[in-house]
Amino acid sequence: MNIVLRLAWRNLWRQPRRTWLTTGAMVFSNTLLVFMISLQFGMYELMIDNTLQVFTGHMQVQAPGYRDDQKMRQAVPGILPLATRLRDEFELDTIAARGWAFGLASSDERSYGIGIFGVEPDYEPGVSSIPGLIKEGRFLEDYDEPGIVIGAVLARNLRVGIGDELTLLGSGRDGSFAAAVVNVVGIFESGIPDIDRNFAEMPLGLFQDVFYMEGAGHQVVISAETLDAAELLLPQLVASLPADAGLVVHDWDALQPGLKQAIQADMSSAFFMYGILVILVAFSVLNTQLMSVLERTHEFGIVLSLGLRPGRLGRLVMLETALMGFMGLVIGAITGTIFTTWFTVNGLSIPGMEEMAAMFNLPARVYPETTFGTAIAGPLIVYAFTLLAALYPALRLYRLHPVEAMRIN
Amino acid sequence: MSSVRCVDLRKTYRQGDQDVKALDHVSIEIDEGGFVCLVAPSGGGKTTLLNAIGGLDIPDSGEVWVAEQRIDEMSKGELADLRLANIGFVFQAYNLIPVLTAQENVEFVMQVQGVPAAERREKSMAILEEVGLRGLEDRRPAEMSGGQQQRVAVARAIVSRPALVLADEPTANLDSKTSDELMELFTELNRHHNTTFVIATHDQRVMRYAKRIVRMLDGRIVEDLEQDAA
Repeated sequence: MNIVLRLAWRNLWRQPRRTWLTTGAMVFSNTLLVFMISLQFGMYELMIDNTLQVFTGHMQVQAPGYRDDQKMRQAVPGILPLATRLRDEFELDTIAARGWAFGLASSDERSYGIGIFGVEPDYEPGVSSIPGLIKEGRFLEDYDEPGIVIGAVLARNLRVGIGDELTLLGSGRDGSFAAAVVNVVGIFESGIPDIDRNFAEMPLGLFQDVFYMEGAGHQVVISAETLDAAELLLPQLVASLPADAGLVVHDWDALQPGLKQAIQADMSSAFFMYGILVILVAFSVLNTQLMSVLERTHEFGIVLSLGLRPGRLGRLVMLETALMGFMGLVIGAITGTIFTTWFTVNGLSIPGMEEMAAMFNLPARVYPETTFGTAIAGPLIVYAFTLLAALYPALRLYRLHPVEAMRIN
Repeated sequence: MSSVRCVDLRKTYRQGDQDVKALDHVSIEIDEGGFVCLVAPSGGGKTTLLNAIGGLDIPDSGEVWVAEQRIDEMSKGELADLRLANIGFVFQAYNLIPVLTAQENVEFVMQVQGVPAAERREKSMAILEEVGLRGLEDRRPAEMSGGQQQRVAVARAIVSRPALVLADEPTANLDSKTSDELMELFTELNRHHNTTFVIATHDQRVMRYAKRIVRMLDGRIVEDLEQDAA
């Protein structure tokens, strides 16, 4: 074994309690970081999934400009054949066509302005959580049935229930007057008041008739199994669209820019806290190494006088820190992974969360996402800061004078 | 050819409110293969002169030449390289590395020099045998007596056959028999390998082996005598 490595290793165990205490601080922070980062990414995935599965999906095919200015006439022509072709081509049932219009919904007693989705009853459950949130009645069954599902708050505001009639008034795609009478077949409750108050869904066939869509719609929604799968699917989807149709594909990031911003804001505050933790560990290492260097000043004088260059001496201190940091990294990453994996398998339930989660169609338990990245990222940052903390004690050795050092006992 | 040449060295230390002249216009030239004893009472300047020759301490003024190189103007790194390649040190207080065994302490300089492991092992075992420490090679300094530690320090200083050995009271912790054996070893190295020895000592027995006695007082050389070595 190299003499500097041997020296470094043995020096670590001159004060075993101090070495273990410092390594213990690293192990603790690494375990905590692995768990927190894994939990954080698990939460983000849940957050993204739950947001996207309400209406947005992972991607949407739209007419150019529709995303920024949702006008009726900015439509995708022949939307049902297009959705069918995409389903066949990608062998995915989680592709569905939609139309969207603004209208006035009137009951016998009241009227409210609402957003109306025209949806494919067979495929909408694959891209949206709304069909699964029906609290009363049922979801739509037929493309042309004169039925509608509305949010619970809207039903309460309009004072309607299952089987009651609603009159819809609005503008057709060609600017003409659009009107229909539909029966309330289902009432959904997403737990999000804005959605429950402002939205309704009707069959796409009926929607196209009422709003003079002439076979057109406004969005083909695509949901992939995972975000990674969606990323892979995106270029294939773009390539499969007819070049002359002038359609565009937006991913979830473009469709829900606020979601990414919310995640980024949460990440910033979380990483601020992690930063404090890492800095505390770095100071603990700085303290340990500084004491260790001061204690050995006499000995460093000896090795300098024997012909060891100051730079090699500095490397010795760095090597000692690297060895100690490596122990902290390995043990911390292993304990962190074991600890987190238990929660990845069994889930983490926060007291009082179950009822609220059930209300919002969310899973009652959060599952940290343990990957190689989440297991190693935190410990690697701690390791880097540990080395950084040892720079000062190591650099002090460059100023050491052999005779003066040997005078110190 | 001279192994060591010091020209008009001055070194002053601050001790409390007083300036103490550790070296006061010291000039000395030691030829290759020389065997010189620096004799002085405590505080006479002999350790300071040894440190200046070894590049461990920089004089306030004057020139120090070792192996035809002026060392008082060298950088720390260059001085370290010079010591590693040319100089062996024996300190008064042993100064062994506490976490290394006797053999590892002896091998330390050779390992820094890049000597292959097998050669290091062979040389270190041979030198430990010569200084009478065969069988104690796996002991750490804390497990050895003062005399044994001093012999390890001597073994470490001479194992890589440096051209110059600087020794500060090398026999201070040794009994008379071991002191004689050590001096015989120094004499043999001096004769057969032309190693230059500069030894700071009070010990009359050590002085008997020297070819030249340099007496110092208050940082100055007051006597410089050639003699027939024992």
